[in-house]
Amino acid sequence: MDDPIKNKIQSTSKETRQDILGRFLTYLCIAFIMIVVLSIFVFVASKGIATFTVNKANFWEFLTGKNWNPTATDASGKPMLGALPMITGSFGVTILAVIFATPFAIGTALYMTEVASKRGEKILQSVVELLVGIPSVVYGFIGLSVVVPLVRNHFGGSGYGILSGSIVLFVMVLPTVTSMTVDSLRAVPRYYKEASLALGATKWQTIYKVLLRSATSGILTAIIFGMARAFGEALAVQMVIGNAALMPKGLLSSASTLTSVLTMGIGNTVMGTVGNNALWSLALILLLMSLIFNIVVRLIGRKGRLD
Amino acid sequence: MGTKLQNNIAIAVIRILAALVVLILVFLLGKILISGIPHISWHFLTAASQSFESGGGIGVQLFNSIYLLALTLIISFPISLGAGIFLSEYAPKNFLTAIVRMAIEVLSSLPSVVVGLFGFLLFVVQMKMGFSILSGAIALTFFNLPLLTRNIEESLRAIPDLQREAGMSLGLSKWKTVTKVILPEALPGIITGVVLGAGRVFGEAAALIYTAGQSATNIDFGDWNPFNSASPLNLFRPAETLAVHIWKINSEGVMPDAAAVSAGSSAVLIIAVLIFNLLARVLGNSLYHKLTATK
Repeated sequence: MDDPIKNKIQSTSKETRQDILGRFLTYLCIAFIMIVVLSIFVFVASKGIATFTVNKANFWEFLTGKNWNPTATDASGKPMLGALPMITGSFGVTILAVIFATPFAIGTALYMTEVASKRGEKILQSVVELLVGIPSVVYGFIGLSVVVPLVRNHFGGSGYGILSGSIVLFVMVLPTVTSMTVDSLRAVPRYYKEASLALGATKWQTIYKVLLRSATSGILTAIIFGMARAFGEALAVQMVIGNAALMPKGLLSSASTLTSVLTMGIGNTVMGTVGNNALWSLALILLLMSLIFNIVVRLIGRKGRLD
Repeated sequence: MGTKLQNNIAIAVIRILAALVVLILVFLLGKILISGIPHISWHFLTAASQSFESGGGIGVQLFNSIYLLALTLIISFPISLGAGIFLSEYAPKNFLTAIVRMAIEVLSSLPSVVVGLFGFLLFVVQMKMGFSILSGAIALTFFNLPLLTRNIEESLRAIPDLQREAGMSLGLSKWKTVTKVILPEALPGIITGVVLGAGRVFGEAAALIYTAGQSATNIDFGDWNPFNSASPLNLFRPAETLAVHIWKINSEGVMPDAAAVSAGSSAVLIIAVLIFNLLARVLGNSLYHKLTATK
């Protein structure tokens, strides 16, 4: 028992104890993040489901109803909980913004990877980084002071609406889509390009027939990420879309999105009422959509790997 | 049509698209700075804001933004450091790690308004903390954690395994190897990520509207005891930040100079973001030179 060497060998060394402590600390941090993610889902879901379990709203009517006025009741005495106008608004601005942004993003990404000199590439890199860095309220303010009057003067209407919202979102998702497209173009093996050029193809033929095709899954992922960002953006859209919870009649009439109704409404409703629960249901839809975007990205990634 | 001509047209279109993107940024920055900078004065930066009259400043909001940013970094840095070390050094390659990675990815793509609403539900309503700086800082932490974690993981991963093997062969524990060898070498990358994240946090508003609140209470800059309600350091006072202020005056502001105040505030925000961008580069580079032997 009093053999010091035996003791030293058999007892836990200082290094092992350090390692156990370190491992414990990092597990603690990761556990914390897991708990946060889990509780976000549990909390928002439990509040969001209350509309259907406590207030007995019909889930299908909630998704397809066109009248949103949670404080009023319709002829049959049920609160008017039709979320279709907001769902339409959210998808409208998201899809339009991505349609605007994709050609610019792909063009810029091709310029950065294939056309530009080292210096031009660096400049574009900073441009993209700065565009990401501009806060969303500033985009909203610019939208309010530039885009809304522009739309009003050139297309008519009040200037507030889906068109203005998607123009603002276009600039906001542009850097996201661009930088991810650049990454996927860079990931194309060099010899693909060299082989094509050696066959006598022009630069454009190489880009179009080889680069873009082998980077397709990456570019699609970039576009989905852009959609996710546009779908979840709240304040910039809320400031320019007009905030009328009606079915949008066109691109120029006031509309609203899931996020804009949430930002406006949560503070004006009382916890536990139908109106408030209905807003949490909208938040739940947002949460589920962001999950769906994630799953789609994963599916695309898996398919891209098989090719 | 000749393929040469086709090629030239296509390349020209690509150039034009890229040029348009540059123009968009130039226009945005120019518009914000030109319309905003004339409103920036010492008075504007330090005076309290006005609700119904013109001539208000953004002093309290600016302080709140900076204080909130500092708190957020203090809370989120250690957690994401631990999580980043776990992912790059300790994580076993199994199903559980895959789930952890997916959870972090999901958290990073959650709309910030949902994160804010969760903070509102948990801290403001359930824990009865009210609209407070602390609720805001924790909500921003949730928002900042996934990006910071990924950044730290990537910076650590970029360090060659040779360094880890060297540390281990000297008899250091894995933990000491990570903290004394790997971490210092990865520090420049980490700092760059932290500063860029700080810029994002500084401009975030959607997560704060229902956590830190939309009112700027008067604070007494002579009282630095965090337990007094008027103290700037009090953790439980509602705190409207600069970004929230811009949103608020544009959606429901009634002061006559709302446009001027938001132009000025936007310019201040943009300048802050530009400084963060610059700082990230300079700090990262100079630290790298200081800590490593590269010229």
